[in-house]
Amino acid sequence: MTKKKTYPTHAFFFLAPAVIVLLLVGIYPLLFAAWNSLHEFILPRVARYGSPFVWFQNYLSLLSDQSFREALTRTFVFLLINLPIQLVLGTGIALLLHKPGNELVKNISRVCLVIPMATTFAVVGLMGRLMFNNDFGIITYLWSLVLGHRVEWLADPNLAFVSISIMDCWQWTPFCALVLLSSLTMVPIEVEEAARLETDKWWHVLWRVQLPFILPGITAILILRTADILKMFDVIFIMTRGGPGSATELISIFIQRVGFRAFDQGMASAQAIVMLVISIVLSRIYIRFVYREI
Amino acid sequence: MTTSQPDSNPALRAPRLAIGHLIALLVIIALCVFPFYWMVTASFKDQQDLLAGTPRLFFQPTLENYQRAAANSDLVVGLGNSLVVALATTAMALILGIPAAYALARFEFRAKRDLWFWFITNRMITPIVLALPFFILARNLRILDTWLVLILIYLTFSVPIVVWICSDQFRNIPKELDEAATLEGYSSFGIFWKIGIPLAAPGIAVSAIFSFIFSWNELLYALVLTRDHARTAPVVATNLMSGYELPWGQIMATGTLIVLPVIIFSLIVSRQLVRGLTMGAISLSRVESRSVGSCCSGGFAIPMFQRR
Repeated sequence: MTKKKTYPTHAFFFLAPAVIVLLLVGIYPLLFAAWNSLHEFILPRVARYGSPFVWFQNYLSLLSDQSFREALTRTFVFLLINLPIQLVLGTGIALLLHKPGNELVKNISRVCLVIPMATTFAVVGLMGRLMFNNDFGIITYLWSLVLGHRVEWLADPNLAFVSISIMDCWQWTPFCALVLLSSLTMVPIEVEEAARLETDKWWHVLWRVQLPFILPGITAILILRTADILKMFDVIFIMTRGGPGSATELISIFIQRVGFRAFDQGMASAQAIVMLVISIVLSRIYIRFVYREI
Repeated sequence: MTTSQPDSNPALRAPRLAIGHLIALLVIIALCVFPFYWMVTASFKDQQDLLAGTPRLFFQPTLENYQRAAANSDLVVGLGNSLVVALATTAMALILGIPAAYALARFEFRAKRDLWFWFITNRMITPIVLALPFFILARNLRILDTWLVLILIYLTFSVPIVVWICSDQFRNIPKELDEAATLEGYSSFGIFWKIGIPLAAPGIAVSAIFSFIFSWNELLYALVLTRDHARTAPVVATNLMSGYELPWGQIMATGTLIVLPVIIFSLIVSRQLVRGLTMGAISLSRVESRSVGSCCSGGFAIPMFQRR
């Protein structure tokens, strides 16, 4: 035992309950999932045939499983489309809210930005079903005014993908905006005003002065939003159930289908473990690359 | 949100810009509120107004949908279940999380940062990864479709939230207070109880609200782990969306009932909520940047426990 940096008994008692509970409800099930992923574990057949140990069979068949690859690709396409949109819009909103003037309206909009984030995800899905409905949805209607004819948002594979993207942007752009806004307020006011006297181009100020201060916020957004999109389930489940066909079947929906509708728990666990590894690797990469310059 | 002083350098701002700024802000407000507004108004429309091909902005409001939603015993039970589960989860998360947050903020010990990081990354675990094994474990233990199983699995995200927000809050309490209290003869538990908790109350409240909102909003776990007894409100709403003749008005009334308490709640505390959220996000990236080289992430942070 070292002298200073050891576990004092009181620290142990403070920490132990939380650590033990999280080990039991968090880590133990994860290990159990890893163990299951090495078995052939098809629920309806377990009673009769048991669950034989098959080593890495599930992982091997994953490699050649085209639908899994497609679900992963779809998820990354979704990520690559939505994350930049949300970051750019979020930065724009943050800059607008950071700009002096119109204080009352600014306060109101800051409060309103909380609404999308607090809305129950399932209810966001309900709103999407309502607004994109083929017969009476308001977005369908407004869009038909632009195009001159009606399009079926949730029945067309590409448009269904666009509509879940729109709902995701609606819900999470405010989060990006609020995180970036609080980063912007950390820029020392003298520095910012000096910069504004030098140039009247806001993007110069953004790029040269404010960017270093909002980089931590951007990293946090990249990490959290990536994790959230890999998790994304509720909104899609209610709006499209992954359809039409499998056009909006992102990875969480896909694994849920394999595990709880096809009842292939072994395979689903293998997919889930692969996905967990991917999300960890991604967040490492973000930290390494975004933080390189600091 | 304290820094924005009105017109700090008015010379640079032309009135034309201020109007553009105002319009942009109003557009933001409209976009944020519109889907919510549209759902609420839909819940007051009768079937004919609701299903009109040309959306109707003006209509004769009716309470019919709410009467039908309230008559749906599933929804009433679901709201009750949601409330019990969210409250119990929050209470448990506070009981477990506050002392842990305090220890992480105040005491010095080995692998402290790794432990903190491990708590936080628990939140990053994708729910479906846990839902699969939890389903089988709960089935074997015969606790499927109970409040207990939901509370247990909700702890996986609510304890990290509490630890995250509260440890930041505890860190802001001056250490001199502790030293003074030690001289007064307080034990370390006494310091925690009499000084730490009262001074960290704002942070604790925010983390409680977060934990409540996240538990209230959760769908995937509830969908997978419950059948009829412990069904939560979002699951009930999901179940309404099947079949051909959808009762749209009733569905929108249900959605409004589910979401309204949370929205009102979070609007009241929006300032603290935003602070908690962004503080958490930024402190996350700060710490992660420091521990790039260290080993742990996600569920694979176990090795550090062996170092003990």
